[in-house]
Amino acid sequence: MSTIERLLLKQEIEDFLYLEADLLDGRKFRDWLDLLAEDLVYFMPIRRNVKFGQHDEKENTRQGEGISWFDEDKWTLTKRVEQVLTGVHYAEEPLSRVTHMVSNIRLLDVTPTEVTVGCRFLVYQNRVEYENYTFIGRRTDVLRRNGESWLIAKRELILEQNVLLAKNLSIFF
Amino acid sequence: MTLPIDQLIDPQRGIISREIFVSPEFHKEELEKLFTRAWLFVGHVSQIPKPGDFYTSRMGEESVILCRDSRGEVHVFLNSCRHRGMKVCRYEQGNTSLFVCPYHSWSYTTDGKLQGVPLYRSLYEGVLNREEWSLVEVPRLHIYKGTVWASWDPEAPDFLTYLGGAVDHLDQVLDCRDGRPGGSEVIGVHKWVLPTNWKFAAENFLGDTYHNPSHRSVDMIGIGPSGEKGARRDNEYAKGQHVWVSFPQGHGMHSVWMPEEFGYQTTYAQYPEVDEYFRHCFEERKRRQGVKARLMPFTGNLFPNTSYHGRQPRGLCVWHPHGPTETEAWRFFLVDADAPAAVKDVLRRFYMRYSGPAGMTEQDDMENWLYATQSSMGTIARRYPFNYQASMGAYKTNDPIPGDVSMQITDQTPRNYYRVYARYLKGDGWDSLLGRDVAPMQAAAE
Ligand code: FES
Ligand SMILES: [Fe+2]
Repeated sequence: MSTIERLLLKQEIEDFLYLEADLLDGRKFRDWLDLLAEDLVYFMPIRRNVKFGQHDEKENTRQGEGISWFDEDKWTLTKRVEQVLTGVHYAEEPLSRVTHMVSNIRLLDVTPTEVTVGCRFLVYQNRVEYENYTFIGRRTDVLRRNGESWLIAKRELILEQNVLLAKNLSIFF
Repeated sequence: MTLPIDQLIDPQRGIISREIFVSPEFHKEELEKLFTRAWLFVGHVSQIPKPGDFYTSRMGEESVILCRDSRGEVHVFLNSCRHRGMKVCRYEQGNTSLFVCPYHSWSYTTDGKLQGVPLYRSLYEGVLNREEWSLVEVPRLHIYKGTVWASWDPEAPDFLTYLGGAVDHLDQVLDCRDGRPGGSEVIGVHKWVLPTNWKFAAENFLGDTYHNPSHRSVDMIGIGPSGEKGARRDNEYAKGQHVWVSFPQGHGMHSVWMPEEFGYQTTYAQYPEVDEYFRHCFEERKRRQGVKARLMPFTGNLFPNTSYHGRQPRGLCVWHPHGPTETEAWRFFLVDADAPAAVKDVLRRFYMRYSGPAGMTEQDDMENWLYATQSSMGTIARRYPFNYQASMGAYKTNDPIPGDVSMQITDQTPRNYYRVYARYLKGDGWDSLLGRDVAPMQAAAE
């Protein structure tokens, strides 16, 4: 891939991620679901305080094992969207105000069908009157080419917290 | 300080002041008089299987180390150096032969003994007696079916006396699904902080079935183990008599008493292999336990702050006070250690979408508890007590199972809980805390 092709691809991916953030922050949850591949893996581990040298092995809970904050598929995320849309999911009724910031975007791996993208996320949530939460971390997405656009095939969210400093994770990341 | 406890807590009339949920004075009294005495859940032996394994836990507001020493003995230590208080262990879990304090490097063996004191000869010889400066250890510890419990009160009754008749219900959480005793393991722990008083959460698990409407959204969409058709859980108990049970030691729960003849109801319908496994467990359990198998669990709270879910999902949740209006929740998720991998996988996925801050069901609980706490803090709000008058007097003792048993949704479990809570805050002796004066089922059993 030439440098120019790579730059164009990166621009295209960035636009896609910003579009995704717009859908979420604009509360177009059903449209957001359309960006998710049917075999999506959506994963946010729990982080643990471990001894120096054990980070690779023990710091994060693992996808496919035990308990994490999220380790789910498109069915579950669809349920989450349906729940918000019932209008009686009180943890999101009234709806929170949310802004998703995405930065430090890098293409980590490029194949003809998929691109692995690394970025940082900063998600700000303000709820009802005084509730404020800031979720910051690193994210790795696998995006799959889908005609003119992309599908999210895998999302790993490394939230930089140990004890979760929020009462809920009722928003989408 | 003397708080007007009887004026503020009146279980007889079912009226309880908001002060106990918001006031710093009550919070302080709880830490001094309740959390220093009651049996508290600390962890599970599956978290520390080998000698030298440790797991950092909490008791009330304080950090403790659950540790298996080099000879295999289990201990619980206060996580604070005897020298100048540094937190001795800031790792969550691991294996060690020594806890070395980061501050001045005093070191403690896994049985809590002070071993290393740098420059001992020149600085402390003849003055410091190492024997007297071990890590502070809980005087009472009990391991029950893999779960580890501790009390700071040397005079506390043994754990099973403290549990009383609640043990039959706790067994439904801890025993294998096929009825063998014990055999569970912890597959993960959620920890999160929520701006609420810890008692809102504890009393919710005493069997507040009345709050079902707040979970309408999950029931509408169906997140249960059987997928679309399953509401938020499978209905395993369609033919059972729901019971809300209180015990004189303050424990309370919502369980189900199945009829004499009852068969397996399909569960986990979208996973035939898992359904088949649970059908097998169900039949085995009936065969092993006979009439006892008629008791099935929903939720409960063991006094003061250990709540459980019995089946769907399954785990223990400890509501640690973290200030008067903040709680740190630790939920320990359980499965049968020897369940097939495919079963464990379906269970863990269900637990995650149901429970905790990311759980579709419990998010709505957290919302309720936060705003109930916040809107009870005002000067005017605090003049108006809460209502606990549901199903006054509507219970029978030891009928059809031990305890004070209500056949309808009731506030009897929280009325009983706060009656016991008041006794702790008044500094009563253990006879009173165990409710020996109001313990008909114990009398009947003896
Ligand atoms: S505080 Fe631990 S060695 Fe001084
Ligand atoms: Fe609830």
